[in-house]
Amino acid sequence: MNVSAYNFAYLDEQTKRMIRRAILKGLAIPGYQVPFASREMPMPYGWGTGGVQVSAAVLVPEDTFKVIDQGADDTTNAVSIRRFFEKTAGVAVTEDTARASVIQTRHRIPEMPLRADQILVYQVPIPEPLRFLEPSEVETRKMHSLEEYGLMHVKLYEDISQHGAIATAYAYPVKVEGRYVMDPSPIPKFDNPKLTMDAIQLFGAGREQRIYALPPHTRVVSLDFEDFPFEASKADHACDLCGAGDSYLDELIVDDAGGRLFMCSDTDYCTTRRAAGHVGAQGVPVKEDVA
Amino acid sequence: MTPLLQVEAVSKFYGARIGCADVSFDLYPGEVMGIVGESGSGKSTLLNCLAGHLQPDAGAVRFDTRAEGLRDTITMSEPERRMLGRTDWAFVHQHARDGLRMNVSAGGNVGERLMAVGARHYGDIRNSATDWLGRVEIAADRIDDRPSAFSGGMQQRLQIARNLVTGPRLVFMDEPTGGLDVSVQARLLDLMRGLVREMGLSAIIVTHDLAVVRLLADRLMVMKDGHVVETGLTDQVLDDPQHGYTQLLVSSVLQV
Repeated sequence: MNVSAYNFAYLDEQTKRMIRRAILKGLAIPGYQVPFASREMPMPYGWGTGGVQVSAAVLVPEDTFKVIDQGADDTTNAVSIRRFFEKTAGVAVTEDTARASVIQTRHRIPEMPLRADQILVYQVPIPEPLRFLEPSEVETRKMHSLEEYGLMHVKLYEDISQHGAIATAYAYPVKVEGRYVMDPSPIPKFDNPKLTMDAIQLFGAGREQRIYALPPHTRVVSLDFEDFPFEASKADHACDLCGAGDSYLDELIVDDAGGRLFMCSDTDYCTTRRAAGHVGAQGVPVKEDVA
Repeated sequence: MTPLLQVEAVSKFYGARIGCADVSFDLYPGEVMGIVGESGSGKSTLLNCLAGHLQPDAGAVRFDTRAEGLRDTITMSEPERRMLGRTDWAFVHQHARDGLRMNVSAGGNVGERLMAVGARHYGDIRNSATDWLGRVEIAADRIDDRPSAFSGGMQQRLQIARNLVTGPRLVFMDEPTGGLDVSVQARLLDLMRGLVREMGLSAIIVTHDLAVVRLLADRLMVMKDGHVVETGLTDQVLDDPQHGYTQLLVSSVLQV
């Protein structure tokens, strides 16, 4: 197919205007879910159609684009979305968090603190934090507009009564600027404290047709109980490849004898550290690794 | 003495049909009012209008709020009305399933209203829930069970606990004993009578069961075809019914 037949970044300009309006409204009302006319994208729902539409609306030709999926730059989802914008927008792409100006992400916030000139775009499967407690959209909208958020704590109460602690480990609900309760997309709760950052954060849910946003430095508080405070948890281990003790880890089973390996879920963070000479317990110096 | 609830000429129409028409009464603190009538007589419509679930077409429902005295709940803003609904008011549904969250544990059900008004201490919420389960005779070790694992009578008692935990002043009950067998009904009535007296609650009970109002209600209102046909003290109305329909109603009760 002739790629030049597409408008810049796939979507037509009218659609981008519509999405940009939703983004601006979302930025003006942090945490509020703005409905938008989500378009059919050349990928299935659940693969990041919301994030892709938001990225398409914010990308300019000078941008450098990075896509991560569960922290990794090299998974199918990340690679295909990165290629999609390489083809349809012709923008530069990178795996380097520091060099990217727009980062689309699924399920993670990069370990490296983001700057004011960067935009983080999240793929969101279910934007409504109250959905599993209250199936009616009419009712949840009313609850948001009247700030009736007692139900969210019922979920946390159930966690504690069943597991002895708040067992919700991802998509941990937050309150934005003391007003809207928001689903931060399925990021691990380890990432929740990072939601207050210098960069703009945009959330796109394609199937559910919602966009919401966090302007820079927005106050984002994870919900909790006074006697069961929020805890940003991670595996109690250091990265076996780069030795980092402060990054979120994936656990890999490496053989049938119960051997396991913990490694940074943020591949770029891990690679950068190893290139700088850091070596973890099971790691090898980076030169041999390349060879 | 200021009435707790002042109902003035409340009417609700469903198109050309009458739901309830021109109903007026005053309810004083600590008083229990029974509304009886056959099905379709407008009892539930009236109750829903009073509790803010339905918007009446005419009339006023004034509630004695803690902060500002008598206020019309029909014209007050929705957030205010919903706030009343989870603090000073309680609504006990006929079917416990309508009033409970079936996929949330008994403790969570009781705690929901507390959390809705800002309780954020798990230990305290848990203690109130345990306390209230005890008061409605549900064993403390059932606190983490879901209502779906409870019998009908237990579900109904759980619903009552969930409603009373925030210390409401006015309880609306829609056929609270409907669908329960007689011995369970008797215990539930006993329990409700105890709670109403102990907490000094006012209540409006809609029922078609005359035994329920005989036990619980101080005053009685008899409805037929959307109109109130007779009012008075419960014993007076039941022992010396004046209106033809009330006479029929009283004489229809099977004497065992």
